[in-house]
Amino acid sequence: MIEIEDLTRVYVMGDERIHALAGVSLDVARGEHLAIIGPSGSGKSTLMNILGGLDRPTSGAYRFENEEVARFDDDQLADFRNRRIGFVFQSFQLLPRLNAVQNVELPMIYAGVEPAERRARAVELLQRVGLGDRLQNRPTQMSGGQQQRVAIARALANRPDLLLADEPTGALDQATGQEVLALFDELNAQGLTLCIVTHDSGVAARARRRVAFRDGRIVSDDGARR
Amino acid sequence: MSPLELVRFAVGAIAAHPMRSALTSLGVVIGVAAVIMMTSIGLGAQQRVEQALSSLGTNMLVVRPGPARGPGSGFVRGAAGAGESLTLDDATAMQSLDGVLAVAPTVNGSAQLVAGGANWNSRVEGVTPEYLVARDLNIAAGAMWGEGDLRRTVAVLGPTVVTELFGEGADPIGQRIRVGSVPFTVVGVLESKGQSGFQDQDDIVLMPLEAARSRVVGRRARGDSVNQVYVKAVDEDALYWLEQDVAELLRQRHRIQPGQDDDFNVQNMTAIQEAAQSSTATFTILLAAVAGVSLVVGGVGIMNIMLVSVTERTREIGLRMAIGARRADVLIQFALESVALSLLGGLIGLAIGVGGGLLMSKIGDWPAAIPVWAAPLAIGFSMFVGVVFGAYPAWRAARLDPIEALRRE
Repeated sequence: MIEIEDLTRVYVMGDERIHALAGVSLDVARGEHLAIIGPSGSGKSTLMNILGGLDRPTSGAYRFENEEVARFDDDQLADFRNRRIGFVFQSFQLLPRLNAVQNVELPMIYAGVEPAERRARAVELLQRVGLGDRLQNRPTQMSGGQQQRVAIARALANRPDLLLADEPTGALDQATGQEVLALFDELNAQGLTLCIVTHDSGVAARARRRVAFRDGRIVSDDGARR
Repeated sequence: MSPLELVRFAVGAIAAHPMRSALTSLGVVIGVAAVIMMTSIGLGAQQRVEQALSSLGTNMLVVRPGPARGPGSGFVRGAAGAGESLTLDDATAMQSLDGVLAVAPTVNGSAQLVAGGANWNSRVEGVTPEYLVARDLNIAAGAMWGEGDLRRTVAVLGPTVVTELFGEGADPIGQRIRVGSVPFTVVGVLESKGQSGFQDQDDIVLMPLEAARSRVVGRRARGDSVNQVYVKAVDEDALYWLEQDVAELLRQRHRIQPGQDDDFNVQNMTAIQEAAQSSTATFTILLAAVAGVSLVVGGVGIMNIMLVSVTERTREIGLRMAIGARRADVLIQFALESVALSLLGGLIGLAIGVGGGLLMSKIGDWPAAIPVWAAPLAIGFSMFVGVVFGAYPAWRAARLDPIEALRRE
């Protein structure tokens, strides 16, 4: 599904050129459960931003289902994020003014889904993540684990091909973190491709494939198939 | 995505902070209300001036004794006895000029009127029957006295005088009144010219010129002098030439040498009307422009709050972009927010402006002049302000980097 070849990402800060990614090649197949690990500053977040269409590589190729994402313009990238990718963030990133259903509806609004249809789908997704009794709650009225599950429901709204999670358990206690990870396992079992960025070895251990980063390069990959 | 959803985002964001939204709109509320109120005051004043001036008569010259005074002083009466150079014979001579419709010499003053137990102080004008033609007056009841009856003690009353002396709607024809100490017989009543103007046009007593001069207004040094002569031209073209001809005629009759100052002055009422109208129009524009400045200030207030809002909601913007909002979606969302805030202010300002304008016209006995274009103007201008002052904050929001924005605390 994903083919990355010799990807680089260089930030220019003053006179300095920082190689956040220094030549990364990676293939991800549909249905994989992938953990990207490594210390902070190793380039794993940069890779995730590029995978998710939030950032563009400085050089190299990024093909998603044979589409050259690296050459997309801003609007194409926005639509790519909208339809192909689901994001789950460490800090949930729910809009505090909106209740659970409205938060989940948001990506479908940008996709142009009709109100009745998107409402029904939002309710269905919230039930699927175990929040059928919290539909009208606002983020402030929910626990961290519940908020993260709303965020996961939102990420699933437009039936993405790839779910990208950046430290999804980082802001949760051990027990709720395990619940969220169990939900990820379940989604992966249903066929969703998962890519989790983490430096928590416990989280990484649950993935079926681990890709380790250091200094902008892949230093190990226990599931590479070529 | 559909525009309706963007409108809902904007309205939702405004509703999320009712107090802040209200205060932000307040600038536009005040601006729009001020523009409408100022315009209505200006237009009201304009209408009032027009009414006042048109009741003075059209195509008319006013000839007064004494040297010419500054422009606009036609409304100010000279001191008593300031000049007695204008005579009845001068007026008679003017009648033979080309383009003259009517010449009406008058003497005037004020006098205490008594009828039965009622007392009233009014303007008294000693006139010839031509006066009615020159001033565009009509008789409502009774009749004007005839030519040659300049010494009879008869009077034609204005409607206000009739009401004050005899009561509303009474028929005073044939009644006797005292003007000062002299008894007069009422022979006619004037048609109303309306209450508007700088003075009540209906508060007047007309009487034969000689009777007024000898028995009411008081003796003058020259027995045949008059206070002014109204000269009405047949039309506007004739008026222009007549103005020169009257002046030339009087210079000859008064033997004024070239280079010497005139001992009379001729005022062209049409010219004065035009000048007054254009000055009130300028006044209206000036008021509206000053009020418009406050609308701009209101717009700056909106821009300020929208910039704050974009900064506060940086993470929201980043999130929206991450889940698929295009830059244009973000731009339009924030632009719509500022337009909605401004429009809200515009509508409230419209209500206040119209209400205030009506109230002021009531308090100030002013013709209510809320222009019909007030509503589209308020709506159009406030939306324009919203677009202009919302554009920069919206642009700032749309060009945010989603990665940076999501990281912002």
